[in-house]
Amino acid sequence: MKKKRLHYDVTKCVACRTCELVCFVGHSLSKDIFEAISEKKIHLPKVKVFQDKGKNFPVACRHCDDPKCVDACIARALTYDLEKKEVIHDKDKCVGCWMCIMVCPYGAIRPDKRVKIPTRCDHCVEIGQPQCAKNCPTKAISYEEEEGVK
Amino acid sequence: MSREDLKKDPIQNQLYERSQQEGIQTIWEREEKQQPHCGFGTLGLCCKNCNLGPCRIDPFGEGATRGVCGADADTISARNLVRHIAAGASCHSDHGREIVKTLHLTAVGKTKFYKVRDEEKLKAVAKEYKVNVDGRTVETIAKELAEKMFAEFGQQEGELALIQRAPEKQKKIWRKYSLMPRGIDREPVEALSRTHIGVDNDYNNLMQHGMRVALADGWGGSMIATELTDILFGKPSPKRAKANLSVLKEDQVNLIVHGHVPLLSEVICDASSDPELISLAKEHGALGINLAGICCTANEILVRRGYPVAGDFLQQELAIMTGAVDLMLVDLQCIMPSLSELGNCFHTKIVSTSEKARFPGMNHVEFHEEEALPIAKAIVRMAIENFPNRNKEKVCIPKGEGKDLIPGFTTEYVFDMLGGRYRPSYKPLNEAIINGRIRGVAGVVGCDNPKMASSASHVTLVKELIKNDVLVVQTGCSALSCGRAGLLTPEAAFDYAGKGLKEVCEAVGCPPVLHLGSCVDNSRILTACCEMVKEGGIGRSLDELPVAGAAPEWMSEKAIAIGWYFVASGLLVVLGEPLPVYGSDNMTKYVFEDVEKITGGKWAFDKDPLKMAKIMIEHIDSKRKALSLKPMMYESKVEVGR
Repeated sequence: MKKKRLHYDVTKCVACRTCELVCFVGHSLSKDIFEAISEKKIHLPKVKVFQDKGKNFPVACRHCDDPKCVDACIARALTYDLEKKEVIHDKDKCVGCWMCIMVCPYGAIRPDKRVKIPTRCDHCVEIGQPQCAKNCPTKAISYEEEEGVK
Repeated sequence: MSREDLKKDPIQNQLYERSQQEGIQTIWEREEKQQPHCGFGTLGLCCKNCNLGPCRIDPFGEGATRGVCGADADTISARNLVRHIAAGASCHSDHGREIVKTLHLTAVGKTKFYKVRDEEKLKAVAKEYKVNVDGRTVETIAKELAEKMFAEFGQQEGELALIQRAPEKQKKIWRKYSLMPRGIDREPVEALSRTHIGVDNDYNNLMQHGMRVALADGWGGSMIATELTDILFGKPSPKRAKANLSVLKEDQVNLIVHGHVPLLSEVICDASSDPELISLAKEHGALGINLAGICCTANEILVRRGYPVAGDFLQQELAIMTGAVDLMLVDLQCIMPSLSELGNCFHTKIVSTSEKARFPGMNHVEFHEEEALPIAKAIVRMAIENFPNRNKEKVCIPKGEGKDLIPGFTTEYVFDMLGGRYRPSYKPLNEAIINGRIRGVAGVVGCDNPKMASSASHVTLVKELIKNDVLVVQTGCSALSCGRAGLLTPEAAFDYAGKGLKEVCEAVGCPPVLHLGSCVDNSRILTACCEMVKEGGIGRSLDELPVAGAAPEWMSEKAIAIGWYFVASGLLVVLGEPLPVYGSDNMTKYVFEDVEKITGGKWAFDKDPLKMAKIMIEHIDSKRKALSLKPMMYESKVEVGR
């Protein structure tokens, strides 16, 4: 199985932050923006748009081949699924030590202080399709197999 | 109406299928392309009122909680909402202004194409404006009334004349909380001033002014528009008509009027029945001239003259897709800019007529009241001359008879309808409510929106309400949706109404769903509520009445203004999709709870039409309980689907 990754075309990103909102809605209980905003357990979006030198960068977990976060995890909450080629985060095991955030070379993992564990991209495993790539209005985000990207 | 609902409608679907085959983009495709709609806008959290920004508040509380100037989510969502209200109210009031102008031009003899058709109403309204009517000619009364109304637009202090119709308790509330509008134009201007950077930042204070703007619309601009349109063109009265795309005719010149202000469309009605133009149409190979309407212009010529309705807001593109429309005339409000391009795919000429509303790529024939009939005739002639260009092979008028509808009910007509000519009265209505035959009255109004996923919101909601003995009044596109479904006929009472409502409809001979007119005619709902209060027994003020309102598929800023003037007048208003306030906890609480403590009215949101009906029925029941009205007469016998 070839590895699918989220790819970002920084020349197309206009920093509208739609990816953040659809990520939030996609991970809510109701999947509806009006209801999601008043749900008791609100999770931070797992993607965030950063800006540097006039370019906009949507950033989410890269699911690295050699994930530093998995090595650093003291609670063994993070594992690397060799078949799916994705980092799996077991929220029940996670103790919120923030080590993964310290070692991530991309700054793609962020602390969600309300739930006291990090928030990180799971490729929308529940819905089956990353919502950021599906809904990006300028198609700056795509979810493709590695060779497919130019 | 979602695409799924559209596909279930055999008549509309024929045309939608055609757009798909020919690769023509319609509102449903454009809606899909816009997905997802911006969440910051949806939640009311973006502000572009100044160049410190544009700013956005992070709804997750992680990022920015304030804009560059320091405005928080409460301020930003309140400011945005007040601007929406101001825009919606301005649309209605500007419409009102145009009618006042026409009355004035008529009175001073500058246009000979209009006349006062309802002297009785002219005198009644003139008295409300303290115009002396005794022994004076119609023209002098009309002139003075028009001048007083003009003055009300620019009025700086004091109160509006027509708002005095409201019950005393309401007026006391408005005065106490500074909600009483001082001038029709003053309030929207002040709204723009208050929402500029660094002016009004307290969401309570902003919303208080927002309600004042909305009241200046409902009891000012809109009410003036309704009353003067009745005076100039006659009060509507019930008549049998058809509303569907199948009203277009293969062998006649099809002319469609689309928009809102009835000044030109009324004259087009005369022009299209001009014998000279009819014979010209025959010379061009047509059997006659077929005039039909779309949107609220359709409602205006429907309720007064019984002309057929081709469709509402969502059908404007489908109508052109028939290939049988020789000319579509538009004025302003709710006209899709996509029409000009769509007209190029067929022979249809699309003509804009208002100096305020131009569309790139459209023909323009500017309308002026002074030359109304010659302009109308020129437009009808353009339609006739375009008839031979119609490609007969491309014509696709949907097969299938549309259902009948009986529109044309007004606040005044209810008197005669219920009491007869000798004893005109609201008493039978109030008594039916007191006795528990009728639960209460619900207004179901507003736009059409392709966003609405739930099935046929207007029709489902109205059916559920009448099943539970709630008398329904309608305006605008919502009325046309239910008209297509056959709900606006007396016969609908037998098929859909609860036992109590059915008995009343049977005795009176009226439909269980009454069509009151266009969207400015929502002011008729206000005046009808006032008459119910005056008759007595079901509340001393509007907020005590067992009534509720809904706009299941709202989309325009006008709908926001209408909703707010009902809430500010003490009524419950239920929307299919929330107002853009959910990004602010305080504003959300304000629309659900805080406003009720001020005006007695409040908002509710639900996209499921059955749940909307439940909210409205529960509200009506709570008002019945507060008034200690009798229990519903047939409650135990009716299968209540809630």
